[in-house]
Amino acid sequence: MLQPAQISDSINPVMQLIRQTLSLTAMRRIMPCAMARLAALLASGCEISGAPIIDPKGPVAFTERDLLFTAAGIMLIVIIPVWIMAFVFVTRYRVKNKKAAYRPDWDFSTPIEILVWTVPAIIVIVLGTLVWDYTHRLDPYRPLQSSVQPLQVEVVAQDWKWLFIYPDQQIASVNELVFPSGRPLSLRITSDTVMNSFFIPALGSQIYAMAGMQTQLNLLADEPGRFMGRNMQYSGDGFAKQYFEALATSQADFDAWVAKVRQSSEVLDANAYSALAKPSIKHPVTYYSAVETDLFDKIIASYMGDEMMSGHTPTQ
Amino acid sequence: MFGKLTIDALPLYSWIAMGGAGITVGGALLVMAGITYFGKWRYLWVEWLTSVDHKRIGIMYIVLALIMLLRGFVDAIMMRSQQAFAYNSDGYLPPDHFDQIFSSHGTIMIFFMAMPFMTGLLNVAVPLQIGTRDVAFPFLNSVSLWLTAAGAALVMISLVIGKFSTAGWTGYPPYSGIEYSPDVGVDYWIWALLISGVGSTLSGINFIVTIIKRRAPGMTLMRMPLFTWTALITAILMVFAFPALTVACAMLGLDRIFGMHFFTNEAGGNLMNYINLFWIWGHPEVYILVLPAFGVFSEVVATFSRKRLFGYPSLVYATGAIGVLSFSVWLHHFFTMGSSENVNAVFGIATMIIAVPTGVKIFDWLFTMFRGRIEFHPSMYWTIGFIVTFVIGGMSGVLLAIPPVDYLMHNSTFLVAHFHNVIIPGVLFGYLAGFSYWFPKSIGFTLDERWGIRSFWCWLIGFYLAFMPLYVLGFLGMPRRMETYNVAEWQPYLVVAAVGAVLVLCGIACQVIQIYVSVRDWRQRRDLSGDPWDGRSLEWQTSSPPPLYNFAVIPTVEGRDAFFDMKQRRTAYRRPERYEDIYLPKSSGVGPILGGLAFVLGFAIVWHIWWLVGLCALAMLGAVVSRCFDDDPDFCIPAAQVEAMETQRFEAMALAEKPAQEAEHDPAFAAQMLPGRVT
Repeated sequence: MLQPAQISDSINPVMQLIRQTLSLTAMRRIMPCAMARLAALLASGCEISGAPIIDPKGPVAFTERDLLFTAAGIMLIVIIPVWIMAFVFVTRYRVKNKKAAYRPDWDFSTPIEILVWTVPAIIVIVLGTLVWDYTHRLDPYRPLQSSVQPLQVEVVAQDWKWLFIYPDQQIASVNELVFPSGRPLSLRITSDTVMNSFFIPALGSQIYAMAGMQTQLNLLADEPGRFMGRNMQYSGDGFAKQYFEALATSQADFDAWVAKVRQSSEVLDANAYSALAKPSIKHPVTYYSAVETDLFDKIIASYMGDEMMSGHTPTQ
Repeated sequence: MFGKLTIDALPLYSWIAMGGAGITVGGALLVMAGITYFGKWRYLWVEWLTSVDHKRIGIMYIVLALIMLLRGFVDAIMMRSQQAFAYNSDGYLPPDHFDQIFSSHGTIMIFFMAMPFMTGLLNVAVPLQIGTRDVAFPFLNSVSLWLTAAGAALVMISLVIGKFSTAGWTGYPPYSGIEYSPDVGVDYWIWALLISGVGSTLSGINFIVTIIKRRAPGMTLMRMPLFTWTALITAILMVFAFPALTVACAMLGLDRIFGMHFFTNEAGGNLMNYINLFWIWGHPEVYILVLPAFGVFSEVVATFSRKRLFGYPSLVYATGAIGVLSFSVWLHHFFTMGSSENVNAVFGIATMIIAVPTGVKIFDWLFTMFRGRIEFHPSMYWTIGFIVTFVIGGMSGVLLAIPPVDYLMHNSTFLVAHFHNVIIPGVLFGYLAGFSYWFPKSIGFTLDERWGIRSFWCWLIGFYLAFMPLYVLGFLGMPRRMETYNVAEWQPYLVVAAVGAVLVLCGIACQVIQIYVSVRDWRQRRDLSGDPWDGRSLEWQTSSPPPLYNFAVIPTVEGRDAFFDMKQRRTAYRRPERYEDIYLPKSSGVGPILGGLAFVLGFAIVWHIWWLVGLCALAMLGAVVSRCFDDDPDFCIPAAQVEAMETQRFEAMALAEKPAQEAEHDPAFAAQMLPGRVT
């Protein structure tokens, strides 16, 4: 069973330091609160707890969100002084305030120059360290550490829907991704149309889907739940309605769902696939009890012959 | 005969599209009727359209930019109103129309609002700031203007004939390829960018040479005004970056017209090649736009704080550093393509490094205000508004530079909020500050300040209302470019954003009123001194508007704030013993003719009217060749005429209430100003 800490912050000394100084745990509570207050200000009484990115449901999104808040907190070290200086200087040195000092020829100060170059530089060094570390930890290609074998799913973006192929179960579904919570989800992603971007906000990490190429994404849901998943990359007329339901279930419910799909009368063979690949908007959830072997690879190969491009190999 | 062009190209598919076409055609007809009614065609052609004078070219660029700003804003308010109502509803814009609107909004605002505005400000101010009589290549300058105008005209005519691209302002393939976008929209986009892109490249060359070769004696590089420095770096970026865009668009055009496979899904094409090329131009482009605005802020903040600019060397080096670094970060626009963790991390860190010189600039401007005497001219409002607001955009930019954060926020409204938060305060506020700062220099009278300040507040508050909700919507998982949605939680924020857009509309209305009021009262608002703000750089030494030749005698520079130093040494208005003949380039009709031909050429390619393409290409070649045989491109203003013009100017200046503060301190000032009379 994967704990958030495994890809989170237990190892990185910088993050630890920041955690102690900025008290990240407190920030976790404060930042969403601040956001919620801002939200309440903007739209009276609008409930923000449903915000998938403020309130993530898996370790990947959780770590990414924390990183966002931490980095934002660090940058406030520069930004708050800017606001204060802007306010103080503008009020104090307004032309009407004749009492304020006036030094029209003062145009250089070595200590100030050193300060304004080094403070942002130090902040960037700190942030840069975080970037290096967390970009490696959160590489979408990197399999999540877990005692459970990940569930393999192959994802095909089509106009304007999502096809999910379960190679081990030999089943497929359209616009519905069901997987057990607590078990890593290992996705291979391609497109049978223009470029799409696959994203389940509550679980984190979007990645492009491109024809003739495959990308990989590893996700995990901590708890059972229903999440919105969708295409983030504009792709034409049906783009706005190209969303699907991502359902994290218990293992038992997942098995039941697989059994249900297996009872479907529809089979995804070559003919059925080419019919499905035609553009359609708000395609209903469809189950296929069997799938042509290696369909996913054949879709990629249809564009590239046999030279398949697969991005990079993740470091283990 | 007419290629793909048939009667079906008229936008009869929707009332709204027809309305847009009607307003475009009606507006153009109205302007033309007005010119005919007042009998101004000849004046317009002789004095303006064929002019190669950098001051007039600058004004024409800015007029083009303001017209396109209105068009781009209409697109913006249509999108905001659609999204405010489109929860579980189709709203009033079908997807195909909404997609054209967001594509044209981005294309227009970047290429035909910001670029001409920037080039216009460079034209207005740079030659005057460096004390020269014109740019290095005045005729080329006119060609650049008319190529840019031709591109803008192609975007405008797509409203009336055919349709515009639906592929967004970035035109990513394969969506923008012929298979997925078979109609003419993407072609309009490609040819508008190609033609205006050539214009921008030529402008870049022109300004590099002008700034390197044409500076007044004594103006070393480290004595150049900061705006000129930013103009130089921007010009260098333009020359290096625009070819990438030209190549990417040309290859996409080859894919579309000749069925090639650079960026297609099949036959070995790869869309990522396009996306890399596009952003190799696209990221420097951000700095091409933002650096001159930084230059304006530097001028404005020193002038209206009544102080020397703080940290000038730092600001120069920071500008240079930003220029170099801008070419090393393009990949951050597509961290989510599946590149390896090392690649993403390197580009993420490179991006953050740019925040250092940018931060330095912010602090240097703040310390320029420190112990100053800040005067609240509208330009200063824009500057302060920029400092306070831009840092938020900078912060969200650094956040998006962290690859794992980008995996979360990419393609969401958070991204939209980020780049508007950079471009509106960082670019547009800067240009508007420059507009009100140099308006009297260009036109000869000052702009009304009350309406300017009202406009500022509407813009600023409107900006916050329109874009802060988009940041929140990013956290709610809302993608950009949606014409409809099914998440109820999003709607309140979109309503607030629409209210913000309405407030910005009020800001634009205030600007229109400001111009109206100022033009109405122009006699009282005349700037006879040539130096309405007690300026520091050379452009304020000459009259407003400057004479054709800018400076009767090329000034000699002895310090960083060249003109301010002269005023302090009481040498600013010294008249020479005698004047000399001045040679200036003649007007030329070849510039506007080339622009017109480029427009027809683009239009003909869009509609595959090949005979017309050939004809236009030949005609353009002919026009250029004919220009080569013009052996007498200059005319002479005799010394006597120069002297007469200068005497008139100094007489007018004596009438000015405020020929700088100098007169207050120095009773001998008036005598010095008019040596001819007193002696």
